[in-house]
Amino acid sequence: MVYFAKWKIILVAIVSILGLASAFPNFLSEEDAAALPGFMPSQQINLGLDLQGGSHLLLEVDVAAVLSQRREGLVDAIRDGMRGGTPRIGYRRLGIRGECVGFDLLREEDLSRARRIVRDLDTNSFDPQLETNVDGLVVTVCATVTGKREILTSAVQQSIEIVRRRIDELGTREPTIQRQGSDRILVQVPGIDDPERLKAIIGKTARMTFHLVDQTNSAAASCGAGRRRPPGTVCLPSQDEFDAANNPIMYLVKRRIMVDGENLVDAQGTFQDGQAVVSFRFDSVGARRFGTVTRQNVGQPFAIVLDKKVVSAPRINEPILGGNGIISGNFTIQTAGDLALLLRAGALPAPLTVLEERTVGAELGADSIAAGEFASVLAIVLVIVFMAAAYGLFGFMADVALILNIVLIAAVLSMLQATLTLPGIAGIVLTIGMAVDANVLIFERIREEARNGRTPISAVDAGYSRALTTIIDANITTLIAAVLLFQFGSGPIKGFAVTLAVGLLTSMFTAIMVTRMMVVLWLHRRRPKKLPL
Amino acid sequence: MRLISLVPTNTKINFLKFRKIAAVFSLLLCVASAGIFSAKGLNFGIDFRGGILIEIRTQGPADISKLRGTLSGLGLGEVQLQEFGQASDVLIRIERQAGGEKAQLVAVELAKKALGNEVNYRRTEFVGPKVGGELIEAGVTAVLLALGAMLVYIWFRFEWQFGVGAVVALLHDVLLTIGIFALLGLEFNLSTVAAILTIAGYSINDTVVVYDRVRENLRKYKQMPLAELLNVSINGTLSRTLLTSVTTLLALSALYFFGGEVLAGFSFAMIWGVIVGTYSSIFIAVPLLVYMKLRRTGLIVGDTDGDDAAAAGKSAN
Repeated sequence: MVYFAKWKIILVAIVSILGLASAFPNFLSEEDAAALPGFMPSQQINLGLDLQGGSHLLLEVDVAAVLSQRREGLVDAIRDGMRGGTPRIGYRRLGIRGECVGFDLLREEDLSRARRIVRDLDTNSFDPQLETNVDGLVVTVCATVTGKREILTSAVQQSIEIVRRRIDELGTREPTIQRQGSDRILVQVPGIDDPERLKAIIGKTARMTFHLVDQTNSAAASCGAGRRRPPGTVCLPSQDEFDAANNPIMYLVKRRIMVDGENLVDAQGTFQDGQAVVSFRFDSVGARRFGTVTRQNVGQPFAIVLDKKVVSAPRINEPILGGNGIISGNFTIQTAGDLALLLRAGALPAPLTVLEERTVGAELGADSIAAGEFASVLAIVLVIVFMAAAYGLFGFMADVALILNIVLIAAVLSMLQATLTLPGIAGIVLTIGMAVDANVLIFERIREEARNGRTPISAVDAGYSRALTTIIDANITTLIAAVLLFQFGSGPIKGFAVTLAVGLLTSMFTAIMVTRMMVVLWLHRRRPKKLPL
Repeated sequence: MRLISLVPTNTKINFLKFRKIAAVFSLLLCVASAGIFSAKGLNFGIDFRGGILIEIRTQGPADISKLRGTLSGLGLGEVQLQEFGQASDVLIRIERQAGGEKAQLVAVELAKKALGNEVNYRRTEFVGPKVGGELIEAGVTAVLLALGAMLVYIWFRFEWQFGVGAVVALLHDVLLTIGIFALLGLEFNLSTVAAILTIAGYSINDTVVVYDRVRENLRKYKQMPLAELLNVSINGTLSRTLLTSVTTLLALSALYFFGGEVLAGFSFAMIWGVIVGTYSSIFIAVPLLVYMKLRRTGLIVGDTDGDDAAAAGKSAN
């Protein structure tokens, strides 16, 4: 005798009500959904960037640059350490050797002091980040595996922080910025209308430094192939001044940094004499240092260097003691504003490379939603009509289950706060077609059993119990595909996997529980002699 | 109300009779697919090959030859333009630029500058060489793992012979899907891989339903010759196989015709896969069992749930 337990009826009722309540906010506008009373669920399905429009950028931190910067820093630190000792430690050939830093000691008795200097540079004594090898008088210092990992991790974290600050400054809503893998950053910014500007702002390292310009030698005599640079200087091209042959003008500047952009506390794009400029303010340390240097070098030019290019090289007319200054250059309002933004947000520890970009305009997103909605509704109507035509009353019950199934998919997606993408909509449409499969299996089985001479009740009973294993076997294989897609797919494809898997699970529930309940209740009420199948 | 029925009740079609013709037919199609694939290759999208894709909408119908002139003057290598959905929408594909990621970014900027601000940028995608390689790897891994996992599941739930049959049918479906993509030069991208995996799931799903019936009948009719038993099983599930294919195809057609241009490739692959998958379950997966020694006794001894008793009870009816 077919029997449908009371608790199962209650379960179906509860799931249906919860499903309806959770799916409901999706039919409201964002404001109306937020205004729902507290006991009602108000979360809506997240739309993927391909549906709401926006930019997806995959960035990579330049690991080689991070490590090489770290080696340069190590060279400076070792030099300072050895010069600072009393008596001075004699050394020569201090510099980068492959992946390491090396130097030759002049006297063997300095070895233990040199070792101590290096050890003191290691910030972590439990898990050393530096490793010293000595061969006679030759000392090499290398980063250990954990040391390298540590350097990389902090560089990535710092980059994420800086990128977040820069994007926040742009005033976009709800950007997602997260670490991916060991050295990558995924940036998702919804509703951006100028992706090129976004890329330009993220892609700049924006390291600003102030240097004195070498006055004793000329850039023309020192820069270029085959010419010797005086020690302690470096040749840097201008950012926007060009000579007759359209090559950037070169500046010969002192390598030593007067003041670092790290000491900036504020920067704003503004106007001076009708020209767009960037005004800045140093913190107390920066202001003091800037004051000292400008006092000592009145009348000399200093170079403002951004990412190894000279923005401008004004003359110091008088000591600048207040810590405020202005950068003039060939700026437009927009470029001055962007530079100020970059200076406020701080410099990236290393350059970022854009590995992948996917930007969808808001208009295409809206078109995709409209097309997806229409296709879904059409698919539902077609399947509903077909099922009713093929199975009559039973098909109608399957249709009710199908509609409940779609409500449940929307409910689960809202509750999980999963992201609905365009392929995700395809997954839902596909589920609409496949969801009725479980019911088709059951109804066909019932038909067959009835044909073999079973009474309606016995046929229904046998149909459900026999079809069950088949339904589970058949759905598990598709679930396997969905899980692997989720694991290996990227962005939008993950969305497809999610809706496919959710749709399969909810369709099993609606087929096994909901239609069964309807069929059994109908049988009890009508007690038909013959099934209308 | 009279119900429509796709399949007359109690069909007794001798499907197994067609097994040799079907085998030859499928073999030819598979060889052709492999041949076209190796001769023509696949039209890989930027997901795998790297490169740039820009979809624009112009004011009024697009002048493709003028746009082509503008873009080909930039020295960006091969530039393909294609009307996309409607006359004002153009899909621009720019081949992967020599050099690293930076070179691609520069090319995007150049192209946008040349196209100007009058056009509406609906979509800009660029995939650098590094990510393209990784996406290929992830796609291949996902497909292989899926095939492997399904094989293991079927092996676990049935006998190994069923697993072999199902996977042969599956490979057949995947190969033919790749074949049609190569033949028609359709773009093969990430969503195609998703489609192939879904086709794999659907094809196995279809096969499993018939196999379940075969297993049940093996227990029920111990004396029936195998070929006849397989025929009975296919006929018994035929109506379900076709009905489900029809509902799935109905939904997919809605997607193909009205779901927007971006999903058209995906839905096409799925439609093809459903047709091929339905065919292969009936004509490949099940007939293959004839050639493999199914241990009937093993199935009964190893599995003594209620099915046997139910079958016995029914034969007494």
